[in-house]
Formats: sequence, structure tokens, C-alpha cells
Amino acid sequence: MSEAVIKTDKLTKRFGDFVATNAISFEVQKGEVFGFLGANGAGKTTAMRMLCGLSIPSSGTATIAGFDVYGQTEKIKKSIGYMSQKFSLYEDLTVMENIRFFGGIYGLTGQQLKNKGNELITKLGLQKEVKKIVGSLPLGWKQKLSFSVAVLHNPKIVFLDEPTGGVDPVTRRQFWDLIYESVENGVTIFITTHYMDEAEYCNRISIMVDGKIEALDTPHNLKEKYKVTSMDDVFYQLARGAKRGE
Amino acid sequence: MKQFITFIKKEFAHVLRDRKTLLILFGMPVVQILIFGFALTNEVQNARIIVMDHSNDAATKQIVAKIGASQYFDVEKTVIKGKQMEAAFKKGKIKLAVIFPANFNTDLLHQNHAQVQVIADASDPNTATTLTNYISTILQDYLSDINQVANVPYRITPQIRMMYNPQLKGAPNFVPGVMALVLMLVCVMMTAVSIVKEKETGTMEILLVSPFKPLLVIVSKAIPYLLLSLINVASILALSVFVLDLPVKGSILLLFAESTLFIITCLTLGIFISVKTNSQQVAMLISLMGMLLPTILFSGFMFPIENMPIPLQVFSNVIPAKWFYIIVKTIMIKGLGFSAIWKESLILSGITLFLLIVSLKSFKIRLT
Repeated sequence: MSEAVIKTDKLTKRFGDFVATNAISFEVQKGEVFGFLGANGAGKTTAMRMLCGLSIPSSGTATIAGFDVYGQTEKIKKSIGYMSQKFSLYEDLTVMENIRFFGGIYGLTGQQLKNKGNELITKLGLQKEVKKIVGSLPLGWKQKLSFSVAVLHNPKIVFLDEPTGGVDPVTRRQFWDLIYESVENGVTIFITTHYMDEAEYCNRISIMVDGKIEALDTPHNLKEKYKVTSMDDVFYQLARGAKRGE
Repeated sequence: MKQFITFIKKEFAHVLRDRKTLLILFGMPVVQILIFGFALTNEVQNARIIVMDHSNDAATKQIVAKIGASQYFDVEKTVIKGKQMEAAFKKGKIKLAVIFPANFNTDLLHQNHAQVQVIADASDPNTATTLTNYISTILQDYLSDINQVANVPYRITPQIRMMYNPQLKGAPNFVPGVMALVLMLVCVMMTAVSIVKEKETGTMEILLVSPFKPLLVIVSKAIPYLLLSLINVASILALSVFVLDLPVKGSILLLFAESTLFIITCLTLGIFISVKTNSQQVAMLISLMGMLLPTILFSGFMFPIENMPIPLQVFSNVIPAKWFYIIVKTIMIKGLGFSAIWKESLILSGITLFLLIVSLKSFKIRLT
């Protein structure tokens, strides 16, 4: 179990004088659901961009699935999946076209794509919607489809950047069912969220304040440590001290 | 490579799915060519002209009768002073004045040579050229009548003066202009908007996180528009040859090669805009106001650059469409080869290279 797929040591990103991410160090184990919390502007997005190989760190080290974020970004990109807070499939393409495209750019070929695509559609119950334009689907379905597309190429780690924004509680619940299903298959989940009930679903969470990780533990331990009953209160106690506003 | 093809397929799906845009893309050049072709028709009918006959002899009477008989002219015979004539021109009351000097017939009979002055309002160069051509034809016609019985051929020299625009710049060669305009519109705006759209919807992030190379993202977004634009070039040329009877005098191959160069210039311009902007509206506005307007104003297509103040003339040199317009005119109308346009081609390539480097640089900066 103790196989770290994300390892960072004093990972820092500076933009001029501004230290967006200040020497963060943590490890995420294989098969873990890791919640990455923090108020707006705390530096979550910057950290996540570095971990995805989109942004080169200013200092510190990090390895993702065993690959170095400085020199092996191409290999990192192949081993991760990504879904952002903005809905990110092509609305003017059909369900199948989206699956084909995203599978295709990750290098899946004809037969693989066909099998994977059909499997995915059956799982989501989208058989009737295969030829429909994605833009015509309800948001909840789009989110689920988006997640399924993000894991299509069997990534080791999936980064989810506020994936459930604007989705109703029932769909959010279903979305988490999908997440757990992937975890059972050995995928590691790295998720940012503003919903504290979702934070409870995570194995461990970290809370970032002003570019630093102020707390990192299981939801249960964090609540005990801060002597409160809900994650909401833990987050509030920590984020209250933030100097950076929105 | 397979990924690349997947990507281009997807781009085509975007373009082909959007029927309205597609209609505009392919309909626009057709409509523009037809509008320009028939609105700027060379046929002029019932143009109001005046004839000043200071000679009033047998020859002039016959010529004036011929002019009056043609469907092109609406003749008023008067004798007015120069200033009044100029006022009539300025008010647009007359398009042309024909002035016979005194002793016209005497000159013609005794010296076998007479002169006639033809003054045209050349602020509309097409009409002016057409009308003076008509007058010349009528004079020729009269001469061929009287030369049948003459021993020594008679000659009448029309002294043609084009008022307001002596060089007749901005003349009927609108096909190259429409080409520049359409390509500019399609390539710059469409590329810019389609790339910025990916940024807006968040799909760009997904693409950047994927193993697909960022540079290839940009290239594959531009390729469908390159192909669409080449189709547009072909349709514009087909229209101008088959509908407007404007032949391509030079090499078609060269014309397509130069068009490809200009299309690439426009695509890089579109990419440049997309790198610098974050919303589709802004990209569209910049493409329309910042690119299309200068293209119309400074390409020499509608307004002669030579008549502009020096600073504007200098500025016109950075407008790619200006060079493309010269190139197409040279190939299509003058029928010259590459040796006549290598300078323009070089400048265009230079602009393209510059834009490419600048946009790639800023694209990289955005990534880190």
C-alpha cells in the first residue's frame, strides 16, 4: 500500500516577488483519495499546475508517478488524467466523437478506442445519447462523462480541479461513486473542492493557506486536532488567518 | 502522427458542424465577387455630358450627332466658361465634357489632323475610363466613315484629361482585393476565435495536460482553415474567370503558391491574436477592427495609397494585404512571373516569420 505516487519536497513557485506556492512537501499514496483544500487564492491551482507538468517549479522537487516535474513532463502527462472546474468536453461534438478524440490524443488506437468507448457508454447508461451533441446533455451527465473521459487512458493519477461545481447533491453523490470505482482499480485521486462534505469523502486532506500547507491528515484526525465537529469548522479556523484575499 | 490526424479530424468536425459559419465562409466570397463584379460593371448608360462646339461645322455636327445617338450619353450642347464647367463637374451634374476647338473641320481638311479635348471626372475611375473609351470609339467610327473617300488618312486626336485622379488608381481590379479581404477574414478571425474558444471553454487546459504537444495543438487548429481558404481562393478565381470574364494571365500555380503564403501569414496573425486574448469577443473585435479595417483602408484595394499622407503610406507597409494585393494584381492582371514579385513575397515571408516567432514566444511564456 505504501507506494507514493506523488512526492513533493519544498515545492515552490514564485511569480516575481509573489510566492504563489511556498515550499510545500507532501506525499500521496497509490489508491488514495487526496483532498487538496484551500481558500481562493491560496495557491492550489498553481501547485496543481506544477504537478501536472504545465508549469515549471521555481525550486524544490516533485515526482509524479515516478517522473520528475522538471525534465519528464511528457511522461507525466501520459500517466495522469485531468478534469477541470470548467466543464471541458467539446459541446459541439457528439458523445462518441468526444470519446474518440480524447482517447485518440492519448494514443489509444482503433480497436482499443471502440472497446473502451462502448464499455464507458454502457457503464454510464448513455446508449441512447451516443450520437447526441454533448451540449444537449444535462450538466450532471456531462460531468460524469467528462470524468470517464479523463480516466479513459488508464492514468495512474487523476487530477480533479473542483469537478462538482454547480452540480446537484444527487449527481455529486453519483460522481463520487465513479471516483471510488476508479480507486478500486488502483487509480489515485487528487481532488480540489470547496464542498466540505466532499472533503469528508477523502482519505486524507491538506489545507493550504497563503501558499503553505497548514494542515495535512485524515478528516477524522483533523477534526480531533482542532476540537471541532465538522470539516467546515476546521477549514474556517485555518482559512480565517489567511492574509491573501480573493 | 495518428494523434495529429485525430486532432485535425476533430477540428473539421467543429467547422463542418457549424453550418451557419460554414455558409458564411463559402458564401461570402461568392457574394462579394458578384456584388463587386456587377456593382462595378463597366457598362455606363445615359451618362450626362456636355459638348462645347466652338467650331460648329459639318464635321463636329456629325460627330455630335453620333455621340447623341449612342445609348451611353445624354448630350447637352452648350458653351460655358471653364469655371462653370468645373462647378458642374464638382456637383456631379456632368460626367464628361467634349470640347471642339474653333476651325475643327478646317484643320481636319487642310492638315488632315484635328484635335478634340475630352475631360472626364475621374474621381470614379471606372466610369471615366469607360466614357472616354466610348468617345474614342465614336471618333474612330467617324474617321473610318470619312477615310473611305480620302487619299490621305484623316486623324483626330482626342486630348483626354482625367480630372481629380489622373492615374486612375484603384481601378477595376477588385478581384485581388476581394481575395485579400476574404482570406484575411477567414484566416485571422476564424483561427483566433477557434483557439480562444478552447481557452474559454477550458478544453485548452485539457489539451495542454495531455501528451499532445502544445505546438501541434496550434498547428492542427490552423490546418482546416488553410484548406478552407484554398477552396475559397479557387472559388474566387473560378468566379472571376467564368462569371466576370477576368482571366488569370499569369501562372495559376504561382498564384496558389503566393495565396498559400498569404494564408499562412493570416493564420499566424490569428494565432498571435489568440495567444494575446482570452475571450472570443475580444478576439473577434481585434480581428475585425484591428485587421479588417486596415486591410480595406491600406491595401490599395479601395483607396490609392499614393494619395495618402506620407505617415500613412509608411504605415501601409506593415499591412500584409497590401503586398498580397500587389502580388495577385501582378500575376492575374499583368501576367508576370515570380521575378516581378520576389520582393513582395520576401516582405510577406518576413512578416509571417516575425509574427510566428512573436506568437510562439508569448505562447511559451503563457505555458510556464
